[in-house]
Amino acid sequence: MNAPEELLKITDLRVHFPVRGGIFRRAVGSCKAVDQVSLVLQKGQTLGLVGESGCGKSTLAKAVVKLVEPTSGSIKFKNQEIAGKKAQNNFRKNVQMVFQDPAESLNSRMTVGAILEEPLDIHNIVEKNVRSERVGELLEQVGLSASAANRYPFEFSGGQRQRIGIARALALQPELLVLDEPVSALDVSVQSQVLNLLMDLQSKLGLTYLLIAHDLAVVKHVSDIIAVMYLGKIVEIGPAEEIYLNPVHAYTKALISAIPIPDPTKKRERVIIPGDVPSPINPPAGCAFGHRVGSSLYPESVGKKLDMEEVSTGHFVLQCPCCT
Amino acid sequence: METDILLDIKGLSVSFETDEGTVQALDSVDFQVGLGQTLGLVGESGCGKSVTALSIMRLLPKPVGKITSGRIHFQGKDLLELSPDGMRQVRGNEIGMIFQEPMNALNPVRTIGDQLSEVFLLHQEIGVKEAWLKSVEMLHDVGIPAPDTRAFEYPHQLSGGMRQRVVIAMALACRPKLVIADEPTTALDVTVQAQILELLQTLQKQLGSSVLLITHDLGVIAETCDEVCVMYAGRIVERASTVELFANPRHAYTRGLLSSIPRLDTMPKTELSTIDGMVPGLSDLNQGCRFAPRSGKIHPQALLDQRSPLQEVTEGHWVESCPLCSNL
Repeated sequence: MNAPEELLKITDLRVHFPVRGGIFRRAVGSCKAVDQVSLVLQKGQTLGLVGESGCGKSTLAKAVVKLVEPTSGSIKFKNQEIAGKKAQNNFRKNVQMVFQDPAESLNSRMTVGAILEEPLDIHNIVEKNVRSERVGELLEQVGLSASAANRYPFEFSGGQRQRIGIARALALQPELLVLDEPVSALDVSVQSQVLNLLMDLQSKLGLTYLLIAHDLAVVKHVSDIIAVMYLGKIVEIGPAEEIYLNPVHAYTKALISAIPIPDPTKKRERVIIPGDVPSPINPPAGCAFGHRVGSSLYPESVGKKLDMEEVSTGHFVLQCPCCT
Repeated sequence: METDILLDIKGLSVSFETDEGTVQALDSVDFQVGLGQTLGLVGESGCGKSVTALSIMRLLPKPVGKITSGRIHFQGKDLLELSPDGMRQVRGNEIGMIFQEPMNALNPVRTIGDQLSEVFLLHQEIGVKEAWLKSVEMLHDVGIPAPDTRAFEYPHQLSGGMRQRVVIAMALACRPKLVIADEPTTALDVTVQAQILELLQTLQKQLGSSVLLITHDLGVIAETCDEVCVMYAGRIVERASTVELFANPRHAYTRGLLSSIPRLDTMPKTELSTIDGMVPGLSDLNQGCRFAPRSGKIHPQALLDQRSPLQEVTEGHWVESCPLCSNL
């Protein structure tokens, strides 16, 4: 084994959306969807991104596949800058995405074969006469039969459709897959089939995953590294086991304790977080989480610059007086 | 014990007329909800959980949905024999319902105070002003901050968790004896889910209501329910107290469900056990054991044609007695 290769490196990424108002639609403020996010993803690893809705997980994913343009900061894929207008687009076939709802992300008027051929066509990487063979291979790779190519998406169940979505993402033989809530639309018994498939493909093809999910048990099961996001910022990042066993940030602790455990004999002390995630348009002046829970130490965090600090190897926590 | 039963459903069958003919969504479902009890209905999509809830409320889509047999006794009266007017008196007054998607359950063009007042105006003989005051009090009870100003707001001004609180306030406004909660937290984040479940339990204790909780999340069941019914393809395949069901699942489907969810203490990156195949479509169901194609065991024709009845294995633990799918 050679030294781990940095596949994706995000430094100080910000994605701000302008909020327009008045009759001239001038920018009157900005929505800080992703604010100062830095992370590194090594080849072959899975990074799980968790957080509540509206915390910026999906925006971060979209920035990685370049569907939104970052405001500032850099995203490097294999040491090549992909953020900014001048950046090359040839990384695209190496970074593919699997979407949340397979019913909506597959064109219902195209056959499965046509859906899988389209990326091959756009990037022109497989000879025309062998494309249908490649499609058959892809379908078998995700556990469907090659004959599925002639059918339409509506003829498949949710789990099978998600397999087609995964096959489409694999068509270009990418190195990085961005999985945006890949199993949350599926039934429990099918969810585990798709998770097994994803883990299986990863070990066979050496894929790297950026996994976004709100189900922490799922994230913990498949991830090497977990990053917890709150209001556009990563508040804690570290090895998966470490995050679960020794969470440091108050938000991570609360998030873990909120997961319902399927065992009626275990009664736990639950930390109930009051309120909702504050608006990223008008975030509180200090620590956003301290503000939500009404921490008595919150005033101390106002006006302070909060930094990430390493508490143990590879385990970083956003240092703030009220939450750590 | 007999007198303590609030809701008693016997042999409930429901069918829907579709383009492909009549499909049976529920096949003789039996269960009881005791006073003050929380009963969970768990199963995957299409297994008939929501149809059960809609049948109790008699809100099945007309004319396609029909209750073909069975009875639903609520406090001694048969809901299926009530007149439409009589049923309207029960809905919202004696049985409250919490819907899954709070944005769709609220009227977007009316203020939440206005919508809440309507419940009081319909079921109690009070004036508009008093109804408004009661609504504000109700909003306060479900934990909405500054309820007197919030009551003037529209649903779109509230967050998902807040909206679900409003829906709960509406369902509980008349202090119903039975609350049917159809996937009340599925659309919410885990942190908000924890808040809502906690709120439901507190209010249930205060009012002494019974709850019929419908969900697909076994974690939610484990934390809130006294008794559980596992549904599969329109039937109840197993029924037991929560502790018993999680400790000794007897039906192959229940065991499959329990072992396929990743838990915080499972070894990471290991293969999860799965249930082969997928949930069957309602149009091609057989009369006998419906789990057969996914059980990995070859069933003799007799078991596929003839339904095995529910059998009480230990006290209060019932399971569909297919000898190949369940430990009897």
